[in-house]
Amino acid sequence: MIQALVFYLFAAITVASAVMVISARNPVHAVLFLILAFFNAAGLFLLVGAEFLAMVLVVVYVGAVAVLFLFVVMLLDINFLKLREGFLQYLPIGGVIGLILLAELALVAGSWSFAPDAPLSVGTHVPDPTVVTNTDALGRLIYTDYFYLFQIAGLILLVAMIGTILLTLRGRTDVRRQSIAEQVARTKADSVEIRKVASGGGI
Amino acid sequence: MQELPNFAPALPEIFIAFSAIALLLLGVFRKEDATQGITVLAIVAMLFAGLLVPAAAGGRVVTFGGMFVVDGFSAFTKVLVLLASAFTMAMSANWLHREKLERFEYPVLMLLATLGMMLMISANNLMALYLGLELQSLALYVLAAYQRDSGRATEAGLKYFVLGSLASGMLLYGSSLIYGFAGTTGFDALGHSFAQGVPVGVTVGMVFVIAALAFKISAVPFHMWTPDVYEGAPTPVTAFFAVAPKIAAFSLLVRVMVGPFGDLTHQWSQVVIFISLASMALGAFGAIAQNNIKRLMAYSSIGHVGYALIGLAVGDQVGIRGVLIYLAIYLFMNVGTFAVILAMRQKGRLMEGIDDLAGLSKTHPMSAAAMAIFMFSMAGIPPLAGFWGKLYVFMAAIEKGFITLAVVGVLTSVVSAYYYLRIIKVMYFDEPVEALDHGTGKGLSFIVAFNAILIVVFTFLPSSLVSSASTAAAALFGG
Repeated sequence: MIQALVFYLFAAITVASAVMVISARNPVHAVLFLILAFFNAAGLFLLVGAEFLAMVLVVVYVGAVAVLFLFVVMLLDINFLKLREGFLQYLPIGGVIGLILLAELALVAGSWSFAPDAPLSVGTHVPDPTVVTNTDALGRLIYTDYFYLFQIAGLILLVAMIGTILLTLRGRTDVRRQSIAEQVARTKADSVEIRKVASGGGI
Repeated sequence: MQELPNFAPALPEIFIAFSAIALLLLGVFRKEDATQGITVLAIVAMLFAGLLVPAAAGGRVVTFGGMFVVDGFSAFTKVLVLLASAFTMAMSANWLHREKLERFEYPVLMLLATLGMMLMISANNLMALYLGLELQSLALYVLAAYQRDSGRATEAGLKYFVLGSLASGMLLYGSSLIYGFAGTTGFDALGHSFAQGVPVGVTVGMVFVIAALAFKISAVPFHMWTPDVYEGAPTPVTAFFAVAPKIAAFSLLVRVMVGPFGDLTHQWSQVVIFISLASMALGAFGAIAQNNIKRLMAYSSIGHVGYALIGLAVGDQVGIRGVLIYLAIYLFMNVGTFAVILAMRQKGRLMEGIDDLAGLSKTHPMSAAAMAIFMFSMAGIPPLAGFWGKLYVFMAAIEKGFITLAVVGVLTSVVSAYYYLRIIKVMYFDEPVEALDHGTGKGLSFIVAFNAILIVVFTFLPSSLVSSASTAAAALFGG
């Protein structure tokens, strides 16, 4: 009973804040509503027992993506009202595409069938969810079973980083950098010059 | 507690990975002045890993949950890849210095690309295959665009990146189909599940995987990128592209076709036969009109891939032995030719036209003689090594009754002899317009001489290569 109530609470707030995201006039408000939607979706994940997904949603989407949006909205001078012009014009075609997708999903769901051997070969890898939490199960999969793939993926990211730096970083010569050693090594003789100035005359 | 996986079979790979990271750190702390030292250390690391490979490979060992396999086949091809990388790295050192493009990332990226190739060779799972291929390709995309202020190099890098990503997409699509129908990505399990017959989805997926790997070895009809990338990329990088990634991707193709898809030979052999015929024909006819020697080498490599694919189309132990011998000889011929190309300088500028070789026999008799040896060998003229490479694949084809392949192979090598001999004609019978520079580096001369002598001497001692290729091929079929 309580579970159902909580579900409807989370679901209603998610839908309402999602509507606000696209209808709010102030883009900062839209991003804040987006964060609210993420938190409530995380709550929905918790209800179905996917605590890992809930954590990732909060950490990755709220912590990184939404904050990035906020930065973009606040730092860039974009006229969002102008972007929204012609919204109604595209509504019919967008609606039709949505309907087609929905119909296709219904078709797939209606005629779905597993290959007869598939559950046999897949089933052996799935741990019992009542014994092992899904964070634990995913951790085992990534860091134990697929340890090798995880390491190669790390190396690929390293190559991507080296490549980006190699192809784009240029040493700039037109900036003045601070050199502490040079500053400390300065003496009075380097920087101060004493001249006798005749009274009434300039240097 | 679960036990740690067995790291010993992957020792050469782990060594290369650690040395790449150590050299990267060294380079970051020492800045540009350490580049030459890092290049030398990278060559040493590759050669040392080459020594580790045979030590790590006893019989067939599988580790990391069945994703990584080490056997005689992988040891043979890994040694070839490491040799090719070490050779091309040594050739690059001189070039980088002369073009004032010395940056420590170059040897590090080459090491990481080599690591990717070794992981590809040892892949025993579709996921491991994909990740190894990506590690290799990503490093190669960056290397192709390494000369970032040159428009052609940037274009080559971008072209290679876009088309390579397309190939990766095809590979993933094919793999997902195979996984969807077979329920597993491990090569061993796939082989077992296909023994009783396959659904049509697996065949479609397999064709996609073949297409993606054919892209990586630049076989027709997936060759379009090759001439442009070879021409645009810096010459030492082109030399690297022409040898190491091809050997790695080829051995991956052989392992995938013979291993998990071994029971579907009648389904894939027609695809491979078509690719082989088309590559041989295009390699022979496409190169005739070329004036840029790097483009010519691109078409020549497409043709060579076609010849090597004959061995795969045959699909038995003798055929795979032919492939391995062909690849080994191809390595030495190409490394030598590119070393001569890298030595072609006029007033310090690198020349790429075939006409620039005019009169080389009078100005540089030794380079001209070496180049003549390489060209005769590529054309398949006995008694040079290239002849034996072709002989072993054609013999395998005739034994199994693939007469068409052998006949087309002989005919196209006659056609290709035209443009190989044209280079010799230009070198020996044309008058020099402007002489090429002398003294272009001891390292290059050594590599040229070493490979030329190896190709001439091969006739007298083919048995050592042939016997090790036999054991390697047997390892693939024994398991």
